[in-house]
Amino acid sequence: MRREGSALNGVGVVTLKELDDNLTSVRMRVLEVLIVLFAIVAVYLAIQQVRETTAEDPFLLLRLFTRAREGIPITFVAFLSILVPVMAIGLGFDAVNSEYNQRTLSRILAQPIYRDALLFGKFIAGLLTITFSLVALWLLVIGFGLYLLGVPPSLEETARAFIFLLVTIAYAGVWLALALLFSIVFRSPATAALVTFGLWLLLTFLWPSVLAQMLAAIIAPPDPGYTALGLPTPETTEWGQILSRLSPSTLFGEIAFVLLNPDDVSARSLGAIYLVQLQGAARGALPLGQSLIIAWPDMVGLVAGTIVLFTIGYMVFQRQEVRA
Amino acid sequence: MNDIVIEAKNLTKRYRGIAVVKAISFSVARGEIFGLLGPNGAGKTTTILMMLGLTEISDGTVRVLDHNPVREPLAVKRRVGYLPDQVGFYDNLSASDNLRYIARLIGLDRAEREEKIASSLAHVGLADVADNRVGTFSRGMRQRLGLAEILMKDAEVAILDEPTSGLDPQVTVELLDIIRDLKHRGVSVLLSSHLLERVQSVCDRVALFNEGKIALLGTVPELGRQVLGGGFRVEVEAEGQGLAEHLARVPGVRKVESAGPSRWLLLAEQDVRPEAAAAVVAAGGRLLRLAVAEPSLEAIYRQYFHEHPHEGERHAA
Repeated sequence: MRREGSALNGVGVVTLKELDDNLTSVRMRVLEVLIVLFAIVAVYLAIQQVRETTAEDPFLLLRLFTRAREGIPITFVAFLSILVPVMAIGLGFDAVNSEYNQRTLSRILAQPIYRDALLFGKFIAGLLTITFSLVALWLLVIGFGLYLLGVPPSLEETARAFIFLLVTIAYAGVWLALALLFSIVFRSPATAALVTFGLWLLLTFLWPSVLAQMLAAIIAPPDPGYTALGLPTPETTEWGQILSRLSPSTLFGEIAFVLLNPDDVSARSLGAIYLVQLQGAARGALPLGQSLIIAWPDMVGLVAGTIVLFTIGYMVFQRQEVRA
Repeated sequence: MNDIVIEAKNLTKRYRGIAVVKAISFSVARGEIFGLLGPNGAGKTTTILMMLGLTEISDGTVRVLDHNPVREPLAVKRRVGYLPDQVGFYDNLSASDNLRYIARLIGLDRAEREEKIASSLAHVGLADVADNRVGTFSRGMRQRLGLAEILMKDAEVAILDEPTSGLDPQVTVELLDIIRDLKHRGVSVLLSSHLLERVQSVCDRVALFNEGKIALLGTVPELGRQVLGGGFRVEVEAEGQGLAEHLARVPGVRKVESAGPSRWLLLAEQDVRPEAAAAVVAAGGRLLRLAVAEPSLEAIYRQYFHEHPHEGERHAA
């Protein structure tokens, strides 16, 4: 029952064509302008803050990503956590349904390739497009920071920033896979875009801070003993954290926090930290390896989410009829 | 070399338990133009998709160029060209770029690619607009571009789904010429259509579809004899008084049908043209035209469903 030939036949051709489409499209131009403007603004604000507060700081470069000027709470990380999904969804929401609507799908699939090639090619092209933009953005920010701060980054700082770049790409992968899934499920690109953006808003803004906490309070009701003391119940807090990690935005935020704040004591664990644990904790920054160990489950979570969403989309696509 | 390029046996397709193609069997010989004809929704497109391995087969088998499209879809799709119903192209790309993408998917190397794109576009008369965006193309130009793709692919079998629907008569004639030309190149053609008269002229054999079954199969004259009964059909156009009665009295004429003002259709046992001419002249009429009528698919189709009203009534509604 093995099928003949490779499922990857034609992936390269599809990828190149889709990449060409992505890079020359108007929506890409808009995204490029947005990215450059936001990067400049975010870094500029961060640098003003950094200059005012820090005299001697071993992690000056990382501060560019995490500091914001007082009153304007836009850090570079926060800005990325919003812009990256918008970009990924913008590239993916009409990937498959546009082939149906242009009536090109049956003609393409009548060529000697499998459906796999079309889907893989579209996903890879989307991810490559985002990777190009993020690498450009990353270099822009670091270059800009070097120029304005005049302090060369240490090797560890550069490594942390680079891993953060990879994590950002993985974060984009989740949203791209989600957009691709809805572009397969919904024939109308407008519906697909609306549903994907809706889900993104829900997962990013409502789920972690409101819905997950409400659910946690139902699953593990707060202990009156703790409430009387004005303290949160550890169990409830833990459930809230577990549930909120279903949102890729939460995962991305946690990883960024751990990776980019090595000298922050609360970045030494992603679970609940008790005051007792903080008392007497050794001062100083965590080595890169330790930060990675802490953030590892979250990183795996991001990649796993991408794979799961892509697989669901793949299964739906394989079962779909080609006639429009 | 096998002379049968497509062979379907008891091919069946069910969507959610409802059969849309019901155990059809037919074969297409090499170098033949075979027509799948029938009303919309009769199962023609589904049959085509099963032959290309683009939809699953519920029952029965189909072999295309001696390959099983379910197990060896790539081998089939490498050698078969497909023009879908209302073919679509990437509107933002030029005609030649659209073909270039397909050429890469097929795996043609660069030199071969450019040469074949240019020659196939020239063949269908699109050489002048090769670099124009397909978004600016008319329906007819898109269909021709679709045929150019099949030419570029050097397909041994061309499967064309409704190639002439929605085209004006002039463009239809041009398109049918290209299809005939495919045959001259040794390409076997299977085409589907609901416009009977348009395709009657190009098809060697036809299969009339009705509600997922093949109602009739054969050459057009064969079907004519089968459905309309044997004998000759003679068209008479003449002016004069009471000609119908005189014609009816001609020996060998079974029936006279009025086919318009001063026109009659004689159903006869043999060629009664000389006798009919004599009868008109003897009755003092002026004979304007006399011809043996080829059975038209349209007439065959109508007659068939007249005789099998139960099967046809859903489409009459």
